Amino acid sequence: MIAKKDRTAIFIKDLPQNVFAGFVVSLIALPLGLGLALASEAPPISGIIPAVVGGVIVAVLGGSYVTITGPGNGLVIVLLGAITTLGGGDLYQGYLFTLAAVVFSGLLMILLGFLRMGRLADFFPASAIQGMLAAIGIGILAKQFHIMIGHNNEPGNILNLLMQIPYGLYSLWETDSLSVLFAAIIGFLSLFIMVFYSKIRNRYFQLIPAPMWILILTISFSYFCSWFKITYPLDEKFLIPIPNDVLSSLVFPNFEKVLQMDFIIAVFSITLIASIESLLSIKAVDKLDPANRHSNVNKDLKALGLATTISGLLGGLNVVTVIARSSVNVNTGATNRSANFFHAFFLVAFVLIFQEQLRKIPLSALAAILVYTGYKLATPSAMKKIAQIGKEQIIIFMGTIIATLVTNLITGIVVGILITFIIHILINKSFLLFITHLGKPNILMFREPDGGNYFISIKHFCSFLNYYKLKDKLDLISENEEVILDFSMCSFVDHTVLEGLENYREIFDLKGGHIELVGLDKHETNSVHPFAIRKIIPLQALKPIERYFTRRQEDLKETAKDFGWNYIPKKKKKTRFLRNFVFFKSKNIRYSYNQLEDQDRKKGVFDLEFTEGEFIAKEVVKTTLMYVSLKNNVPLFTLDKEGLLGVLYNLSGFEDIDIPGHTDFNKRFHLSGENQDAVSKLFTDEIVLFLESNPYYHIESNGSALLILKKERLLSVKEIKRMIYFGKQLQKLLQSSQNGQ
Amino acid sequence: MLMDSLNRPFNTILFGFAFSPSLEANIMETTRIAYFLNAKLILLHVGTKTDKKLAKIEALLQKIEYPENQPEIHWVEGKPVPTILKACNKFAIDLLVLGALQHENMFQFYVGTIARDLTRKVNCSVLLLIKPSAIRVPCQHVVVNGFDDPNTPVAITKAFQVANALGAQQITVVEEITQKEVHVTVEDDRSLKRASLRKEKLKRREESRVRDIIKSLPESLVSSIKVKIQSIFGKRGYSIGHYAEVVRADLLVMNAPEKSGLIDRIFPHDIEYILSDLPTDVLIVRRNQ
Repeated sequence: MIAKKDRTAIFIKDLPQNVFAGFVVSLIALPLGLGLALASEAPPISGIIPAVVGGVIVAVLGGSYVTITGPGNGLVIVLLGAITTLGGGDLYQGYLFTLAAVVFSGLLMILLGFLRMGRLADFFPASAIQGMLAAIGIGILAKQFHIMIGHNNEPGNILNLLMQIPYGLYSLWETDSLSVLFAAIIGFLSLFIMVFYSKIRNRYFQLIPAPMWILILTISFSYFCSWFKITYPLDEKFLIPIPNDVLSSLVFPNFEKVLQMDFIIAVFSITLIASIESLLSIKAVDKLDPANRHSNVNKDLKALGLATTISGLLGGLNVVTVIARSSVNVNTGATNRSANFFHAFFLVAFVLIFQEQLRKIPLSALAAILVYTGYKLATPSAMKKIAQIGKEQIIIFMGTIIATLVTNLITGIVVGILITFIIHILINKSFLLFITHLGKPNILMFREPDGGNYFISIKHFCSFLNYYKLKDKLDLISENEEVILDFSMCSFVDHTVLEGLENYREIFDLKGGHIELVGLDKHETNSVHPFAIRKIIPLQALKPIERYFTRRQEDLKETAKDFGWNYIPKKKKKTRFLRNFVFFKSKNIRYSYNQLEDQDRKKGVFDLEFTEGEFIAKEVVKTTLMYVSLKNNVPLFTLDKEGLLGVLYNLSGFEDIDIPGHTDFNKRFHLSGENQDAVSKLFTDEIVLFLESNPYYHIESNGSALLILKKERLLSVKEIKRMIYFGKQLQKLLQSSQNGQ
Repeated sequence: MLMDSLNRPFNTILFGFAFSPSLEANIMETTRIAYFLNAKLILLHVGTKTDKKLAKIEALLQKIEYPENQPEIHWVEGKPVPTILKACNKFAIDLLVLGALQHENMFQFYVGTIARDLTRKVNCSVLLLIKPSAIRVPCQHVVVNGFDDPNTPVAITKAFQVANALGAQQITVVEEITQKEVHVTVEDDRSLKRASLRKEKLKRREESRVRDIIKSLPESLVSSIKVKIQSIFGKRGYSIGHYAEVVRADLLVMNAPEKSGLIDRIFPHDIEYILSDLPTDVLIVRRNQ
């Protein structure tokens, strides 16, 4: 813990950085806030209020570090829907009713925070959420495109609006209104700036964000016109309507409709989308945070809820955590929540000082910014990424988009969940797998006695339905620990889980820990993407393993390269060379796979499946072991720590052997063999010391080769590397011991 | 006398047999267990006694590995559950052996309705066998629960007795640390640190509690077996089965639940989970027989 005094000193030292970050973010937040409000058919200032209120309250009470709060992209469609339906044609009345809904959604969010529902976003399939966000993007794009080309009041739902885009463009040729044409030109130029901004590599140009460039250019143009006494070609209805006195024209919510059904639905939709957008953003920003801090999402939810309530009461929209502005915040060097506060401060300053100038901003310029934002949510490349994960993900994604566009967001996400679940049932050809095991606690976690790493075993299935159970356990582990997740008892893992685990893996890697997934190499999949669904259907013939490349297999390949070895993922049934080890005497070896071999095939590590005994079909054991063949013959021996396999070896005529002069070694290890003298001679002081100072391995010799075994489970790549190192060293020592004899 | 009771965790064992394809394996296994536990075995058939059945069972008893320990055979007609329950009281049974069933097409075992009913209602300890075998499979590793529960010391004692009798080499006493006990909800770095500290503390406390129980056992029970203590994080009563499966234990010894009513079956807890998804042979220890 850093002392309080130091913390204050750090805070003051970092202050200029945070002020600057807040300033840069406010340059984006201003046009976006105005635009998002207008896109929701609310007065422009209602998009500034949440940014200001959120900036102050979340900065003080929040649980995240470098996030920026304000009006969210995702909410545009929900708020627009609420304003149109609640108003029943009167948009202004609808806005007042919606403000009341915003107040209630704020209270609900506070409640969610107290109920620790910060994991709400984990219950949704990843592709369905992607689909929902894309649908929101399409919705924003469809509506704003018409405003961008000067058609301010295009009616219709999202699909109609999309269809009308070509006609809208065509009608520009025929229009006789100079204002419309001019608005369209500004719109296209603004869109051009948004698209090509990132391509221009000029440090000074990049100091000001693209949306602000658009405002500066359009406002200067209007001044340019007035100086040269040219009539400004846009009349008032193409410019932002901002009241004359911002402070005195605040409006207050209308609570008349509180008990009506459509109001309640609006409250729930707003809360759901606001929470999901915030939670996803917080998670994403945590990964960007250079200090690798872990946000307290529940605390943040409470702060966001409180801010939303206040914002609603003052006439503003919802306060959510927003990803784009937050990432700019991180990139410009913000280190703590004060940046969020300064962003709010500069926003207030801008609105109060530049009121006159803001009124000169053309609507089409703001619409262009939003068209770009909408496009960003639904880029073809995002869809391509999902398509790579698997064909079924496209169905989920497209199904969610279509359902959202033709109905509403809540129905859309429900449809997405249902499609995902049905696909999972079809893939596994089993409904029972999910129903019988859904309620069961399928996660076991414990700390392995030697090595001290955490071991988590997952049973039955792991999908978006029960991912939270796995997350609960993972959240208990501090991120600098080593964790092994074993999926060998789990027959189905879905994309949501694998993507979520990848997030954990990144965070653990950042903080010095390590997460590795084992036991997935044999699961079947239709795609080579690391997040693709993986399944095992009981009693079906196993298809070639090398087709389903997992991350572990990638890493094994990499490891092989490091050692100059070969990697062969294929399963091999030729395991006769293991037969003459006593360890395998009563065991039935099925096959080996994931072989790592050195060039002259003297040493190797591989995964192995065996059962105990031919007749007694106990469950299948999967383990990783190392095989080292030696130049000269060595006496038969076995070295075992537990003494667990003692019976087995005694049956084979092995006797316990003590190495003279090493009482500690004799106490810790059970060494046994056929020829007591030869074995004692082989174990030189050097070898004894080597074994004592290294982690424990079970070692066995069959006369000409060694078998090295760590645990009766699959090993992680990290453990394999250590085992290879150990085996190589031991081989060297044994050979030099023999040469010495 | 003391030594005698030490080596005899159970005095009288009851096995209800049916004429199924696994009858031979069942008889072999139960007679073998009775021999190792040095207990009297009673075989009970619920159903009519016919010459054919009698001939079959007698032929089987000719083949048993330890003929010096011949079981008693009883034939009673009636409904299976009440009949067996009555027999348990009548013969002062302290261990009831039941067979588990295997899921179709799966390597999973579960306890059938009759056996499950018996497990809940019977007044003595219950041994659930997943794979009775005609040939002896040595029992090497016993896992026993070490929850903070008044019944735990008895379960641990029985586990040691059985492990000694069967010649097992290792006993792992598993105690479960539940999220509830940790008290801290992990939300950020600070609460994570607090939770980790608390977890460590709980782990030490649980371990010392288990160690005390083991210390109180007679030396002769403990000396020849390797004892390990393992804390696991999971759902009480279920995760220990999962653990037994992961370490591939041969026998899992558990406390009997205090009582098991309708609510427990709807909201399964403790032993109910294990019964629906048997990881290995399970011995459920009930005291106050």
